[in-house]
Order: sequence, then C-alpha cells, then structure tokens
Amino acid sequence: MPPFRPEELLADVIARLIGDARHVAVGNASPIPAAAALLARALGNGRPYVSLLQSRKHNFFTDGGRELFDCAGQGRIDVFFLSGGEIDGEGNINLVSIGDHERPKVRFPGSFGSAHLYYVVPKVILFRTEHSRRTLVPRVGFVSAPGGSPDNVYRPGGPIALVTNRCVFGFDKARRRFRLDSVHPGHTVEEVVEHTGFAFDRPDTVRETIPPADDTLRLLRGTVAAELAEVYPQFAAGVFGIGTARFA
Amino acid sequence: MIHARLDDALAPITDGIMLAVPREVAGVPMEATRALIRRGVQRLHLVALPTSSLQADLLIGAGAVATLETSAVSLGELGAAPRFTAATLAGAIRMLDATCPALHAAFQAAEKGVPFMPLRGILGSDVLAYRPDWRVIDNPFAKDASAGGDPIVLLPAIKPDVALIHAPMADRSGNVWIGRQRELATMAHAAHKTIVTVEKIHDGNLLDDPVLAAGVLPGFYVESVAVAPNGCWPLGLPDHYAADLPHLAEYAKLAATPEGFATYLEQHVHARKAA
Repeated sequence: MPPFRPEELLADVIARLIGDARHVAVGNASPIPAAAALLARALGNGRPYVSLLQSRKHNFFTDGGRELFDCAGQGRIDVFFLSGGEIDGEGNINLVSIGDHERPKVRFPGSFGSAHLYYVVPKVILFRTEHSRRTLVPRVGFVSAPGGSPDNVYRPGGPIALVTNRCVFGFDKARRRFRLDSVHPGHTVEEVVEHTGFAFDRPDTVRETIPPADDTLRLLRGTVAAELAEVYPQFAAGVFGIGTARFA
Repeated sequence: MIHARLDDALAPITDGIMLAVPREVAGVPMEATRALIRRGVQRLHLVALPTSSLQADLLIGAGAVATLETSAVSLGELGAAPRFTAATLAGAIRMLDATCPALHAAFQAAEKGVPFMPLRGILGSDVLAYRPDWRVIDNPFAKDASAGGDPIVLLPAIKPDVALIHAPMADRSGNVWIGRQRELATMAHAAHKTIVTVEKIHDGNLLDDPVLAAGVLPGFYVESVAVAPNGCWPLGLPDHYAADLPHLAEYAKLAATPEGFATYLEQHVHARKAA
C-alpha cells in the first residue's frame, strides 16, 4: 500500500496541471479538483485565486451566478474542470443523456456551464475517476460541449488534459486527440488500453505518475481538508477523516 | 403585500405558468414548494436558474411539472436526482436542456427589455441542436468578415410569469434583502410577478440603511411576501443555516422508488399541513 490515497495522488496531479494561473474556478460536484485548486493555492501562498462555485467562503463573487460566466467570457478565468458521463477521444463530453434525447436510456444531470466554459477557459482539465469503456467511449451519445471547434468559431479555450483513476492523458488541440502522458503507480499501460474505449497516442515508454511529496500530503490533510469540508463534507470525512461542516 | 398565510402569497402561481426558481446556494423556497405541492399545482413550465436539486425533483415527482428548462438537476454529493431521472427516462416531462450562462443571459435580456442576448460558446454542441428556439448569426461587428464570419448564438429573453424566491428578510413595504445573491434580483426584474418567502420581517425600511440598501430588491418588483422561518429546509440558506444532510440522505434513499417517494410526500409534504 502506498502512503497516500488515490484521491491525494489525483489532487496532486491536477495541482501540477494547474501550473501558473491567476484564477482557478471549480464547479459543482468536483471534490478532487476542488482539493487540487485549494492545494495549488496553499502551495502558492494564496495564489491562484480560487473560486469554488458552491462555497460561501471560497468564492469572492458578489454579482450573482452570472459573474463566474461573465468573468470566463472575458478570459478572467484561467483554469476550469469538466467531467462527463461519457468522454470521447476527440474530447467531446456528454453530461446529458445516452440514447434518444426525448426517451433516453441513460440520463445525466445536465450540461451545467460546460457549453460555454469549455470554449472560453484556456485550460480545461477533464476529470473522471471511473476509467472504463463505459465512460471513455469512441463517440459520446450527446455533445454537451465539443472538444474542438472549426477555425471560424471563437474558441480561446478547450481541454488540456484528462485525468482518471488510472492515468493522465494530454490533449493535442490541433489533432483533437489524447496522448497517454503518465500511468499512476500500481497501474499499467496495458490496463489503460484495455479500459479505454477510444484510440489515443502513446510514446514507446510511458512514465509513472509522480506520487505526492510529503509536504504536499501534509497540506492536503491539513489546510486543504479543513477548507474542503465546508463544501464537500462527505468527501472530506471519507478521505481525510474531517468532521461534518456545520454551515453549508 | 405581506400575507399572513403562505398559501395566499402563492396564489399567483396557477397551473400552467412559467415559474422561475433559483439555484441551491441562492436560497430555495422549499416551504413554499411544499405548499404548492399540497395545493396540487400542475403543468408548470419550471425554469431553474441555472440548476436545481431537491426542489425540481420534488415538483417533478409530485407531477407538477410539464416542462423543465435548466442546465442540470442533481442532489450534489448525494448523487442523481431520482424523480428527475425517472421522469426524463419515461419521457414524462419535456426537457429544455440549457447551459448555465445561457439561462443567466436570457434572464438578463428580459430584465433589459431586449428580445435576446448573444453568448459565446455553445456552437457545435447538441445543447444547441435540441434548442430550435436558439439562433445563430454572424457577429455583425466582426472586424474581418472573411474566413467564414464569426458565428454567435442568440438566446431569446426568458420572461417568467412568476419568480419564486426565498430571502433572509423583508420590510413591511415589501423591500427584500437578498444580500449578494444578485441573481434573485435578475429573476425579479425579468419576471412579471415575484413572490418572496422570508425568514423574518425587518422593522423599519431596508432602504434607509445604505449598507443594507445595496443588497435590497425593491418592493416595486415584489408581488407578495410571506414569512416562512427555516423556509429553505431541508436545504440550507447560506450564512443562516446549513442543509439538513441526514434528511436529504433519507430523501435520496426514499425517492429512489415511486413508492418510497409517495411515502416521503406523505410524511414530509402532506403531513406538515396538519402539523
């Protein structure tokens, strides 16, 4: 057993993908990306600015729900996270349904802000813990937001990476195709191939994902866990053993 | 304007209207929602700005919704919204899938009194493909009209019949303190009528204090107000009280089946009238 939890590895990986950014925003139902953003802020001594949409405390917006999107539309948000019930090899994401739209076989919650943010936020990190042929598919059943757009469409943003419970894929914007960047400790390239429903590029040798450093783990389990508990009490309790927050 | 009975304040919410409701962090009027279900409201065109959780799920499960226009419905950490999921799979409600900023923009168009608002993104998505009411034009102000133009999506204004919101307090003139939940003001500006439930009545005029006034929705926009203490329960009201997580977990469990949902309605919606 490695001395860290899978969620801690993923938060660390995502914090490194965030890199040098001024403003990172995190949407609904994204505890691991939220942990990563808070970790990046803790490592950067207060920068980047972090906006957790569901948070009262880690959210500086004062002009209603639209302000985040107005901010993004202007290019004032550098990093955002999106997921999908399905994600395909061209970076298309499906947050709506599988099957006929009026009578679907599967229904997901909905597109949230993806059909805008995916286009205008420069670094969108795709995140899906369940890495399977059910989630990573050849072609999504409904395009909530496409991975790329024709040249005449205003699109300063898009995906830069896809992080799963098994590996990290980078995204080649010009070719609209993923490439395997690293495989998490305890996982293999063969396993990634077996469980991925779309074709992707891979170098001859694929490195192992760098595990979180001790300092990083300390920050995650201390500062970050306490901050996270406000918005994700169940996650914080389950992963970090932090008590349930009193104020939503 | 201030009604002693919640049901009287809710009278303008009649069958078949377009009803706008806010997202969870803005304070969701759950006491009012239960009252509407007890009254048996039907065929609503429910617009959740821009998402919903328990409120939409309850209304859908109770058979009150014909059309749902929103960007997402889920119970957050507790997973999928069970009655919403069941209704969409059965084709029992008409879904107008949107994306959050499109709804915000469409309400802003209504509050400005203009017919539409443009928004970046959306192009090439199936969200757009299933919204024949949304249009695409070429940006008429594009600097370089060659190279295929600059397509941009136009969203028609959303003008709800009624916006139903919950806020911390109102005064006797109908001024409502919404604090920084500014989309509640946008909803009220866009809607023909706005109905507000509040935690309490504030003595004096909220507009007299400049600090409070900045967070006030003026009574001018407000049709009716009723006091509903703890009115977001079992959801939370930010800065006031937290969501009742054990109760919500119980809901998620019960609402997984039609029978369980009926039990929930009986125990927590219909029974509360008698209490």
